[in-house]
Amino acid sequence: MADFSFWVILSNLLLAARWTVALSLVAFISGGIVGLGLLFLRVSKIGWVEFLTKCYIEFFQGTPLLMQLFLFFFGIALFGVEVSAWLAAWLALTFWTSAFLAEIWRGCVESIPRGQWEASSSLALTYIEQMRYVILPQAFRIAIAPTVGFSVQVVKGTALASIIGFVEVTKAGTMLNNATFRPFLVYSLVALIYFALCYPLSAYAKFLEGRLHAAR
Amino acid sequence: MIYQLEFGDLLPYWDVLAAGLLFTVVLTAVSTVAGVALGTACASVRTFGPKWLGYIVEVYVEVVRNTPFIVQLFFIFFGLPAAGVMLTESQAAFLAMTINLGAYSTEIIRAGIEAVPKGHIEAGVSLAMTRWEVLRHVVLKQAFQKIYPALSSQIVIVMLGSSVVSQISAEDLTYAANYIQSRNFRAFEVYLVVSLLYLLLAIGARALLRGLGARLFPKE
Repeated sequence: MADFSFWVILSNLLLAARWTVALSLVAFISGGIVGLGLLFLRVSKIGWVEFLTKCYIEFFQGTPLLMQLFLFFFGIALFGVEVSAWLAAWLALTFWTSAFLAEIWRGCVESIPRGQWEASSSLALTYIEQMRYVILPQAFRIAIAPTVGFSVQVVKGTALASIIGFVEVTKAGTMLNNATFRPFLVYSLVALIYFALCYPLSAYAKFLEGRLHAAR
Repeated sequence: MIYQLEFGDLLPYWDVLAAGLLFTVVLTAVSTVAGVALGTACASVRTFGPKWLGYIVEVYVEVVRNTPFIVQLFFIFFGLPAAGVMLTESQAAFLAMTINLGAYSTEIIRAGIEAVPKGHIEAGVSLAMTRWEVLRHVVLKQAFQKIYPALSSQIVIVMLGSSVVSQISAEDLTYAANYIQSRNFRAFEVYLVVSLLYLLLAIGARALLRGLGARLFPKE
C-alpha cells in the first residue's frame, strides 16, 4: 500500500479543490445569466409570465439541491444521452443558483421607488430600456452585497456534486479517507479548505453590507 | 426509443416513502427545537456574556456557516469516532442538524437582540427586574418577534438540507428514494415524486410556521 503522508493528503485535496473552484465559478456565472433572464420575466407585470417564473423559483427553492442533482443526472439519461457528473452538477447548480439570484435581485428591484418606473415610462422608455437605464443601475448597488453572500452558498452547494460522483474536494476527501483511514484529519482538512474559500467571500459580503448602510 | 415514465412501480413502496417522510419531519422538528435553543443561548452569550466566550461562539458560527453541511456531517459521523465519540447514523444526523441550525440561528437571533433599544433594557433594570427577567421578558421576546420570518425560512432551508443525511445512511426521505430506485430502477420517477414531497413539506412547514407566528406574536 502506498504511504500517505500528511503532505500527500493535503496536496491531493488541494488539487481536487481546483474542481470545486471551477464548478463554483462556472455555476455562479451561468446561474447569474439565467437568473438575470428570470428577473426580467419575474417583474414583467404580465400575469402568466410572472406566475410561471414564480413556479420555477418555488420549485428550485423548495426542493433539496441533492434531489435536483439526481433529477438532472437520471433525467437527462432518459433521452439516451450519456451524462457526465460534471454536466449534471453544472446544470443542477445553474438552475438552483438562478432561482435564488432571481429572487434576491427581485427584492432589490422592488426596493426601487415606484416613481422611478413611472418617470421612466412617462419618458416613453420601453420595459427593456427602463430596466437597462433606470432600474438595474440603481438596483445593482443594493444587490451586490447579498449576491456576494449567496456565492458562499454556491461554493458549499458544489460539495453535493460529490454524491453523483464528481471528484471535487469532498469526494477526494472521501476517497482519501477510504485509503488512509484517517477521517478526523482528512475531513478537518476538507473543512479547512472550504473555510478558506468561503470565509473571504462572507467577510467581503459583510463589508459591502456595512458600507451600503453607511452610505444611506 | 422513447422512455415511458412509469409511476405505478412506486406504489408497492409507499410504506418506505412514508417512513422516510416521517423521519425527515421528526429530524427537522427535533433539531429545530434544539438548534434554536442552542442559537438563543449562543446569541445571548455573544451579546451579554464574557468576551472570551463570545469569541468561541463567533468561531463556532463562522466555521459552521462557511463549510458545507455534508462535510460537517462526515466529520461528525466518520471523524469523531477516531476521537472516541461513537454515534449511530440517526444520532449523528440529529447532532449535525442541531449544530448547523444553531450557528445560523445564533446570527439571526443576535441581529434581533441588537435591534432591541437600549432604553428598554434600562427600563427593565430600573423596574428591579433581574438580569434573567430582562433577558427573557424584554430582550428575547422582542428579538424573536423581529426575526421570526428570517428564522422560519432558515428552518425550511435546514429541512431541505437534511436530505444529505441519507449519505451516512440515516433513513430519511432521500434514503427511501435511493432505496426504491435501487430496487425498481425507476430513478427519475422516484426522485421526481420525492422532490415534490419535499416541495409539499417546505410549503407545509412555511404555513405551519406562519400560523405559529401569528399565535405567538399577535398583532397589537
